Amino acid sequence: MGHAANDAGHTNSEHGHAGHHGDHHGFSHPMPIWMLLSVFFALLVLTGLTVFQAQFDLGNAEIWLSLTIATVKAGLVILFFMHLLWDKPLNAIVILSSLIFVALFLGFTLMDAEGYRERLIYKSTVKASQPGAVGTEIDE
Amino acid sequence: MTAIQDTAPHTDPAHDDHHHDHPSWLAHHFDDAEQQYDSGKLGMWLFLVTEVLFFSGMFCAYALYRNRNPEVFEFCSSFLNEKLGAINTGVLLFSSLTMAWAVRASQLRQHKLLVGMLAATLACAAIFLGVKAVEYSHKWELGLLPGKFYVAQLGGHHGEPKGYLQTICVIPMVLTVLSALYYVYAWVVGGNFHKQVAGPLLVAGLSFFGGVFLGQTLEAEESSHEGHAGHQLVQGHVDHESHDHAAAEHAEHPADGAAIPVATMSAGEDVKVMKEELSTPNADVNQKGMAGLFFSIYYCMTGVHAIHILGGMAVITWLIVKAAREEFHEQYFGPVDNVGLYWHLVDFIWIYLFPLLYLIT
Amino acid sequence: MSVVDRPIVSTETAGADTYPEHHFLNHTKGFLSWALTLDHKRIGLMYLVGVMASFALGGLFALMIRIHLWNFQDGWLDNKTYNQVFTLHGAIMVFLFIIPSIPAALGNFFLPIMLGTKDVAFPRLNLGSFYLWVIGLILFLTALSVTGLDTGWTFYTPYSIETQKGGAVLAATFGVFILGFSSIFTGLNFIVTINTMRPPGMTWFRMPLFLWATYATAIIQVLATPVLGITVLLLSAERLLGIGIFDPKLNGDPVTFQHFFWFYSHPAVYIMILPAMGVISELMSVHCHKGIFGYRMIAYSSIAIALFGFLVWGHHMFTSGMADVTTVVFSALTFTVSIPSAIKVFNWLGTMYQGTVSLNTPMLYALAFIFLFTIGGLTGLPLGALSTDMHFHDTYFVVAHFHYVMMGGTLVAFLGGVFHWWPKMTGRMFNDKLGMVSAIIVFIGFNLTFLPQFVLGTRGMPRRYATYLEEFQDLHRLSTIGSLILGFGLVTALFVLVTSLFSGKKAPRNPWGGATLEWMCSSPPPHDNFASAPTVGDPYDFSKIEYDGRVGGYVRKS
Repeated sequence: MGHAANDAGHTNSEHGHAGHHGDHHGFSHPMPIWMLLSVFFALLVLTGLTVFQAQFDLGNAEIWLSLTIATVKAGLVILFFMHLLWDKPLNAIVILSSLIFVALFLGFTLMDAEGYRERLIYKSTVKASQPGAVGTEIDE
Repeated sequence: MTAIQDTAPHTDPAHDDHHHDHPSWLAHHFDDAEQQYDSGKLGMWLFLVTEVLFFSGMFCAYALYRNRNPEVFEFCSSFLNEKLGAINTGVLLFSSLTMAWAVRASQLRQHKLLVGMLAATLACAAIFLGVKAVEYSHKWELGLLPGKFYVAQLGGHHGEPKGYLQTICVIPMVLTVLSALYYVYAWVVGGNFHKQVAGPLLVAGLSFFGGVFLGQTLEAEESSHEGHAGHQLVQGHVDHESHDHAAAEHAEHPADGAAIPVATMSAGEDVKVMKEELSTPNADVNQKGMAGLFFSIYYCMTGVHAIHILGGMAVITWLIVKAAREEFHEQYFGPVDNVGLYWHLVDFIWIYLFPLLYLIT
Repeated sequence: MSVVDRPIVSTETAGADTYPEHHFLNHTKGFLSWALTLDHKRIGLMYLVGVMASFALGGLFALMIRIHLWNFQDGWLDNKTYNQVFTLHGAIMVFLFIIPSIPAALGNFFLPIMLGTKDVAFPRLNLGSFYLWVIGLILFLTALSVTGLDTGWTFYTPYSIETQKGGAVLAATFGVFILGFSSIFTGLNFIVTINTMRPPGMTWFRMPLFLWATYATAIIQVLATPVLGITVLLLSAERLLGIGIFDPKLNGDPVTFQHFFWFYSHPAVYIMILPAMGVISELMSVHCHKGIFGYRMIAYSSIAIALFGFLVWGHHMFTSGMADVTTVVFSALTFTVSIPSAIKVFNWLGTMYQGTVSLNTPMLYALAFIFLFTIGGLTGLPLGALSTDMHFHDTYFVVAHFHYVMMGGTLVAFLGGVFHWWPKMTGRMFNDKLGMVSAIIVFIGFNLTFLPQFVLGTRGMPRRYATYLEEFQDLHRLSTIGSLILGFGLVTALFVLVTSLFSGKKAPRNPWGGATLEWMCSSPPPHDNFASAPTVGDPYDFSKIEYDGRVGGYVRKS
């Protein structure tokens, strides 16, 4: 049954609801239109940039460059479109933690795969099945 | 993650006293609007965490196999139409803009604008899927199928088209016709509410076919000047419409005894990772265990992403219904905000998929 | 939520301690009032019935295995059936019983009450996750009845790609996918509830330790389960579309499958054991009538276990062809988990020290837990060490080890928790004497079943085999006898619980003398949990809890 009795106490004093109208929107925080538009155009420019850089053969640097651009874009989306910049810190911690665990997962798995790579024997499915099938039978 | 009403009837009058100060949009177990909003939002962020980790499995597979066989990824990436990928990126970014704008509109009680923005988002999603349908069907025609179904042949001529695109379009066609009928109904008998719902649905249906048209135009343009990548594919074997497992088992067909032609690799390929077991790596790229694996990863990543787009379209439609009823205001915009977060995450994933799949040189 | 410190004020008096006329069980009537309920207590009870039924099914499979192994050859099952039986035993126990047991059943029922809220944050999602669990159950039963699953519960590739039981693999992996979402939604719900719905006065460090444990569990559920989702999804794609990512015939990498699988399934071990540790923290404190020793350390160690649990999955794969350097790293990290686990055990023992120990059914189960879990934990050390694991891997030593942790730990704690909270959930007292007998039988049967398996394992008896060398027969027979005793003990426990529903006397508000919030509401609790807003104090302050003979239970004195 509630803590209805406690409502008035904590919400109003902490966040100062100033009614439902006027320039005070309580806990809502509308994004200014100019900001939405500038973020959008920045994203378009970055997309153009990544398409442009893909035309050049940059060797190993290429993947890191395109990933950096993608990360900048993703950062813009998260911070502005997803409003994280003004959100509760807890939500930022939550989503950042997911990235940490992804790094953990990929890091260990790829490190291990790299470690046993020299033991791998590649199978050529072409050779195995000449001249008939292009692949091998999967089921016995 | 939305307002939750207790449907159970309250037989005990003594327990009903907490309902009188609760507006209909505030679930009974929350103290106030902000607690409800915070809870929903934290729930959505946690859900996004699960989504990120869910996709991470496929990114892991991608990194693993790209690291092992970079030349396979370079070879296969040239079959992806960069232009279509870039356009779809733009479309998704625009849909993110409209979605973020929709959140703003819901906070400011701009009900008409809200419906419009949601409609634009929905339409963008449909365009994205239309383009994707063209890309998928084009690859299927060429035999660029996942894993053990991979049957692409290099060099030579094209075979008969097998009408994959038409098959994909059946369901969108039905849905578009239905929303057109609903639209007519809304204008003839329905009120303002139905007009506001039917309009966006019809626009989205038509946008899908707009996307298909756009995709086909660009895809045709691409294959007419087969320039930059220079891989021409012979039709793979014909019997692969069925994805049915049992049928496929015995579908490994002879390629008329012809030796597999050597892929034309550009100069300076990094082949040092290929082991001795693979004597002529260039020749062996075009096979199930190499290129086929790339397309497995491609289909898994883009396919799961496309399923998320479909899920997003479903919830945006639900939002349009609520928006047309003018349910949202500065105390209750959580659903729009949370669907927006989800939608941006779908965009977020695509931001990575695009360079990783389409832009490998 | 803001946090207001409030003194403990007595709101309950002895006079108020009568069997309530209205409570959540009779709040509404009819099948639909249960099937469509949004009340976390009813959902928790439905889970309780569901997981117990799954446990019975999995237990029957276990007995079939043990009876089959009575003779060293020519058991009563043919070899293929044997493979299916142990697969289903494992899969049902892991996915349908242990993972949802404590969090979904007891957690759902008690988390909001112990927190002092009306419900979880998302009641509809809560009901949805129950039905996802039901769908997962149906898919598992399909896999069972259609063809039978024979991959082991781990679905290792390439066998799971090649086995003829394709339909069963698909049904089961899809079932696992669905059950994963059920688990994710439960965890998500709990995290949000604890973060945003704590009432005034309920600070983080006034939360009962069961809530800390549930919170830590929920973190794992949210972070690890999605990876299982994508793993089984890719495995289904492997079967349906032949994608080859895990298929060595297509240059796929089966070791990567194991990485994917254990990135979830090792943390899942902590999904199974952490809530059990939470239950034990409650039981120890309440039945020793003494504040928990080292509250903060237990709370922090729950979180530490949850996080460390993500760093050690590779120890399941030491012999699977991992790179040498990775095995060393994973082995070293594995030992870190033992630190927070040991902290908990020492703190429980510290709680008992100079406590007023009531030897009753829940306490006996709690004591059994400490004993069995300690053996299970310590036998994990030789498995985490590289050199010994080479010898023990895939032997009965492993089987005995994880049964000591999973069954001796989680199941025993689950039973202890069920007995502990049974009066609160049903409003009936059970026969404590018979309950204690059941605890003793379970304890003896359990040890008789699994202690011989340690010996079998060290002597080289491989797990999962349908036949074995004759020299192992005596120990196997001992184990089989133990399993029958264990089964008898569990049936006794069930008998005690079920008969209490019909002939048990009505439970007082606080039969054991607990100080957490659930003991302040009536037994069973009312629909909205609290007739008036609860006052939140130290959950382990027993100084004001006194026995009152008039109500047959404990009351709080001001």
